[in-house]
Amino acid sequence: MDVLDIARWQFGITTVYHFMMVPLTIGLGVLVAVMHTMWVRTDKPEWLRMTRFWGRVYLINFVLGVATGLVQEFQFGLAWSEYSRFVGDVFGSLLALEALLAFFLESTFLGLWIFGWGRIPKKVHLATLWAAVIGSVVSAYFIIAANSWMQHPVGVVMDGDAPRQVDFLAVLTNNTAVAAFSHTIAGALMVSGAALVGIGLWHLRRRKLADAPTTDVDHAVWRRSVRLGGFVSLAAFVLVAITGDFQGKLMYEQQPLKMSSAEALCETAAPAPFSVFAWSKFGSQECDDVHSWTVPYLLSYLAHGDFSTAVPGVDELQTEYAAAYGATYPDDPSFGDLAGEPIDYTPLLATTYWNFRLMIGMGLVSAAVGAYALWATRKGRVPTNPVAVYGSLLAIGAPFVGNAAGWIFTEMGRQPFVVYPNPDVDRADQVYFFTAQAVSPGVSAGEVMTSLIGLTAVYGALAIVELWLLARFVRRGVTGGDGAPTPGHTPEGTPDEDLPGGRDQEPDDVLSFAY
Amino acid sequence: MDLQMTWFVAVAVLWTGFLVLEGFDFGVAALLPVLGRRPVDRHLMLRSIGPLWDGNEVWLITAAGAVFAAFPGWYATWLPALYLPFVLVLFGLIIRAVAFEWRHSHHTAQWDSTWTHVITAGSLIAALGVGAALGATTLGLPIDADGNRVGGAFAGVGWPAVLGAVAVLGYSVVHGAVFLACKTDGPLRLAARRFAARWSPVAALPLLAWAGLVHLRSGTPATGLLWLVAALSVLVTWARIRVDREGQAFTAWALVMLASAGTIFGAAYPVVVPSTIDSAFDVTVADASVSDYTLTVMTWAAGFGLPVVLGYQAWTYWVFRKRLSAEPQSPEAAEEPVTA
Repeated sequence: MDVLDIARWQFGITTVYHFMMVPLTIGLGVLVAVMHTMWVRTDKPEWLRMTRFWGRVYLINFVLGVATGLVQEFQFGLAWSEYSRFVGDVFGSLLALEALLAFFLESTFLGLWIFGWGRIPKKVHLATLWAAVIGSVVSAYFIIAANSWMQHPVGVVMDGDAPRQVDFLAVLTNNTAVAAFSHTIAGALMVSGAALVGIGLWHLRRRKLADAPTTDVDHAVWRRSVRLGGFVSLAAFVLVAITGDFQGKLMYEQQPLKMSSAEALCETAAPAPFSVFAWSKFGSQECDDVHSWTVPYLLSYLAHGDFSTAVPGVDELQTEYAAAYGATYPDDPSFGDLAGEPIDYTPLLATTYWNFRLMIGMGLVSAAVGAYALWATRKGRVPTNPVAVYGSLLAIGAPFVGNAAGWIFTEMGRQPFVVYPNPDVDRADQVYFFTAQAVSPGVSAGEVMTSLIGLTAVYGALAIVELWLLARFVRRGVTGGDGAPTPGHTPEGTPDEDLPGGRDQEPDDVLSFAY
Repeated sequence: MDLQMTWFVAVAVLWTGFLVLEGFDFGVAALLPVLGRRPVDRHLMLRSIGPLWDGNEVWLITAAGAVFAAFPGWYATWLPALYLPFVLVLFGLIIRAVAFEWRHSHHTAQWDSTWTHVITAGSLIAALGVGAALGATTLGLPIDADGNRVGGAFAGVGWPAVLGAVAVLGYSVVHGAVFLACKTDGPLRLAARRFAARWSPVAALPLLAWAGLVHLRSGTPATGLLWLVAALSVLVTWARIRVDREGQAFTAWALVMLASAGTIFGAAYPVVVPSTIDSAFDVTVADASVSDYTLTVMTWAAGFGLPVVLGYQAWTYWVFRKRLSAEPQSPEAAEEPVTA
């Protein structure tokens, strides 16, 4: 493998991994803030316990998101320096603004929330959590605006050999960004909804089998968690579908090759059918090897909102792009091994096709589990069917997989470009950049391979610890009884856990840690 | 002052803010095996930086982000030239962050001591690595006319990097001790004070050497004056900590970094990556900068954003201003409703 392939694997692995934490941070952050708000408003103890339990899950996950996010900021420069030079006038400022306007907010106020129990007035303390959560959401907007600019570069003109920014507001209000942001936030809410449902059902069932009372606070905690999670899953699914449809229509205009690759649509068709299942010769990138079961008219609807619009096929688009952007890479050393080679404008068909379906399928699974949970817990019922309950627990993974598949689809689907040409602009003024020319020229394959192996190994080890900690914490559940800190009083005021005379153990759901 | 110079100053301010703020939490973490042999002291040390380290670390993210945003040519030359060292810094920061959070997620002595060691190791790696990177970008990297590193994966790690690494670590360790003296009470406070009194003059030497070298290469009378301020502040710190004036010592030690970083960045300007091969290959502010339009947009954003950030970060420090003590607090103190 040459340095380009290794660097792409590294970016893919680290980014998909980072995005395991991100949607849980965003989605659960919003829900914990809602729980905390409910506690402040109603003073009901179950909301406090929910805040503390889910807040702890949120924090265990949050820190890994922060840690792996660091790698993201640096790897543009480390492995993709030519990309960084090319997009510098636009891309870097979005990252800097993300740090300045969002990360500071997120980290500072989260610190205040964690350690602020009882130290600051109750409502101000609640506001610190909202500030942190808003920070997360704002950071999502900036980074998605940066990504969307790569998908659909706006607000720039070519100036010499790199784009120059002329309209920052256009970059911020890029329609691609608005669509992707709303889709991503809805996807994040699905992740948190699934977690509440799966874990809540598991605890409810366990308590019922153990004949635990259904009148105490802990029962209320799990029941409310399931109900809240179920509603959020369903509502978020509706949002995901609406925003996804909006995105699909933009994709048809802005990146037609991604659309037809997602459908393995070889020949232009009017009306175009939606492919449900396709098969091909294994590993073949030849479009004509693909055979599909299809639903007629549906793709025309997804692309353009009617049942007749023509959707261009892969073969036609490949010819069109080759005519516009060249049939071969320039014979220039900056293109590495690919210099002078023919350009394949079609993304890997199997990857785009199946990730697109995986994304949609996992979304459907989550929505179905959410609906099941609401139905199974109606009027105080508690489901005990092990298949259904353990299935719901397992289905916590579904929206994670769906999110990852969506990103893999959209990023692989824009290859071979790292900055995709914007079709709204005249060909002569278009800004675009091939992935092949983006990699750092001065860095050797050995260096990138070393970091790829190192990062993958560390990330793998961290994933094991994180899952073990989360599983252990979640299994233990909310610790009731007198150990729970009194609202309004500082857990800091209590003696440190390891001190002589101190309590042996703080309740696990205490958010303010025993430093 | 034109926009490029403004942003060079902004980048310098962000790196300096990072070194001053994260410096003390790096230092506290590095001192865990020294001052935190007793579990009580260890926990007190970790509690003192618990609410602050994450906010401090964002200064690093913002500093790196500002380099990318304002000077992509700097970012795209500096990072790949030190590819593996930077990856090592990232490892340090990753394991450190998760260790802070995971340490108290399980309750056994083994678990606690393992993650405490990880915090120390990660902080040492990160402090040394950031110091090495800053040393290299102000004292020199072997880059050719295209800004590409010459000489293999570790060619960037010459004496400038080593000097920068030792300087940042030395500074941070004493900074951590002075911080602990300010922030805690009991035996730990005394031990931290003793440590700072003994080591502050020595620990500042690499930093002063680094600042002095950049000044000698390309300094101005102003940077020379700043260097003197830095050297003087070392003496003030030492004198103040010996008479137990911890707050003043902390201020003076912060001034050591402010003045040293001022010397370094002030003397380095307008070069952002000096080439050790040929000064004709130096990357300057003008080579590396984005357009004036983008700088203007960012100036507006930072002009509004930065004061707000400074405001709420200051508020955090105010909320957690109380001295920490290992002695169990009286029940009355615990019952007292605390308001900010």
